[in-house]
Amino acid sequence: MAIWVDKNTKVICQGITGSQGTFHSKGCRDYGTQMVGGVTPGRGGQVHEGFPVFDSVAEAVQKTGANASMIFVPPAGAADAICEAADAGIQFIVCITEGIPVRDMIAAKRYVSGTRSRLIGPNCPGIITPGQCKIGIMPGHIHQSGNIGVVSRSGTLTYEAVYQLTQLGIGQSTCVGIGGDPVNGTHFIDVLEAFNRDPDTHGVIMIGEIGGTAEEEAAEYIKQEFKKPVAGFIGGATAPAGKRMGHAGAIISGGQGTAEEKFQALKAAGVYIARSPADLGSTLAQAMKK
Amino acid sequence: MNIHEYQAKQLLKKFGVRVPEGRLVEEGPDLAARVEKAAQDLSRERGNAVWVVKAQIHAGGRGKAGGVKVCKDISSTVAAGLEIMGKTLVTPQTGVQGKKVHKIWIEEGSQIARELYLGVVIDRSTSQVVMMASTEGGIEIEEVAAKHPEKICKVNVDSVTGYMPFHGRKLAQALGLNAAQTKEAVTFFGGIYKCFMEQDCSQVEINPLIITADGHLAALDAKLNFDDNALYRHPEVVEMRDLLEENPQDVEASKYELAYIALDGNIGCLVNGAGLAMATMDIIKLHGGEPANFLDVGGGASKEKVAHAFKIILKDPKVKAILVNIFGGIMKCDVIAEGVIAAARELELQVPLVVRLEGTNVQKGKEILAHSGLKITPADGLTDAAKKVVAASQGKAV
Repeated sequence: MAIWVDKNTKVICQGITGSQGTFHSKGCRDYGTQMVGGVTPGRGGQVHEGFPVFDSVAEAVQKTGANASMIFVPPAGAADAICEAADAGIQFIVCITEGIPVRDMIAAKRYVSGTRSRLIGPNCPGIITPGQCKIGIMPGHIHQSGNIGVVSRSGTLTYEAVYQLTQLGIGQSTCVGIGGDPVNGTHFIDVLEAFNRDPDTHGVIMIGEIGGTAEEEAAEYIKQEFKKPVAGFIGGATAPAGKRMGHAGAIISGGQGTAEEKFQALKAAGVYIARSPADLGSTLAQAMKK
Repeated sequence: MNIHEYQAKQLLKKFGVRVPEGRLVEEGPDLAARVEKAAQDLSRERGNAVWVVKAQIHAGGRGKAGGVKVCKDISSTVAAGLEIMGKTLVTPQTGVQGKKVHKIWIEEGSQIARELYLGVVIDRSTSQVVMMASTEGGIEIEEVAAKHPEKICKVNVDSVTGYMPFHGRKLAQALGLNAAQTKEAVTFFGGIYKCFMEQDCSQVEINPLIITADGHLAALDAKLNFDDNALYRHPEVVEMRDLLEENPQDVEASKYELAYIALDGNIGCLVNGAGLAMATMDIIKLHGGEPANFLDVGGGASKEKVAHAFKIILKDPKVKAILVNIFGGIMKCDVIAEGVIAAARELELQVPLVVRLEGTNVQKGKEILAHSGLKITPADGLTDAAKKVVAASQGKAV
């Protein structure tokens, strides 16, 4: 078992006929994910790289029984794609698209909150339950099935953590990239709550970064309710204030959102701290021994 | 993206927000005559007997740095204009090198009865727009938040309803406005919210928001930031971009869709992914070095993009060593290795180069680097890479 996605998850890709959509749909299928088709309005009825293409998400759901969607629609249409997926009853909407205007995301998030869907992302690598289901752009081969949950705002830094774990022979239950944007569908706490309930997740690596207060809020939750060991790292200790560090959400403004504050909050919550990104795996291993 | 105060005021005016009138003067010949004419034109139209000369730079704290002067006659306005134009202002927001003034704004003087604060930002924890008002105008809101959080009134605006009059009344009450001012404030704040939403702002700050001697509201200063991701639908905002205010390397990087931030250290960094790029800077520092930059080449960087990234890093004369840190997921290590070699050859790279590759096709990538005949130091793992590049930057053999 794991959280949210497993071997029974049926996935479609919105924007499947684009270059990114095509490449990663094939990648997910090769990994073993049940990729059951894709959506590109106006291209319904075609077969693209072996995937049936539908004009709408609703039609795709009806014909394939899909319950998850991976979105590669370009920024200007991405919020629309998210809302269409929620309207069609898709349970897990994973939006990979980077560069969606915040105003669009505020509206899309508000809409999704009134449905039964969960939105992961945007601007994220996706979600993977090793050996069962990969929805996103992460390199599948570095993962190994096991009992450690990983949650992160960053893509490549997550791969780094996963790689270190696998090198140490520690497998992962589910790895979730929540994305680097200021407005995102799933927060650290949502993922932690799911890990808390999952009997097959025995410990967690949490990777935050500068900007906002999501890590502090997560720390408070960990202190109050989380029952499993957590290892944590915050990226951007050397980042200057007022500069956006690549991710739209990674900015220290008004002295708030510094790495130090976040490290302190996590430490106070009993999280095992990795000061170096090279120690993500070993810190977790240490936390599990105690 | 940021714009100047005068641009922010002109934009707010279109949304019915009252701002003092003014004239822009840019650097160039006949400066004294142009400042004089601007001041005269302004008072002919507005009847003002006080002029304020304000330096236009993308940084706050101008007043204390000598970038704002209040003048009682035309000749002192001209003198202030000549003094401020071309001056390098050092404020807490400019960094030690300061910012040179290329434009000044000559504004009608305002009679100030009260100085207040109004700001609009996105509240990330609720994913909604939040409007903030405070009676402590004229000082940094962060300072107020730290010392007197109770003096900041916050109103969350739901995206379904948008701004409603009660939001305005709530803020006005917190500011202690009278009945007539409250009525005016409801419209004034509504205009600011409308500007924030319609123009895809990421921040609007009116500090100070003033009550004039005759009891009206006006935006005495205005700071507007825009959501870079939404600029594609606002060509009129993009036109307001002032490249003189931006670091030339940042501008160059944005042309190639590279995220680059110049820093003060001497170790150049080239990394894929924002999180790993930040973490790379952090680990360099942990091992006693100082990063010269943040640079994210993105998830799907090509050979060309890697070459451009190298060029941008090498334009910084402080760079004494370079660390390439790539976790190849979608990106293949052999492709990156070829890009690194091509760039190193083309640029006749002189500074030591440490390369750490991990992930897809890593063996192939390492072989390509080893057989290139170039002086490239391979590294295994993050710690090894950081140690080697720090040593190289200090002139030690690695």
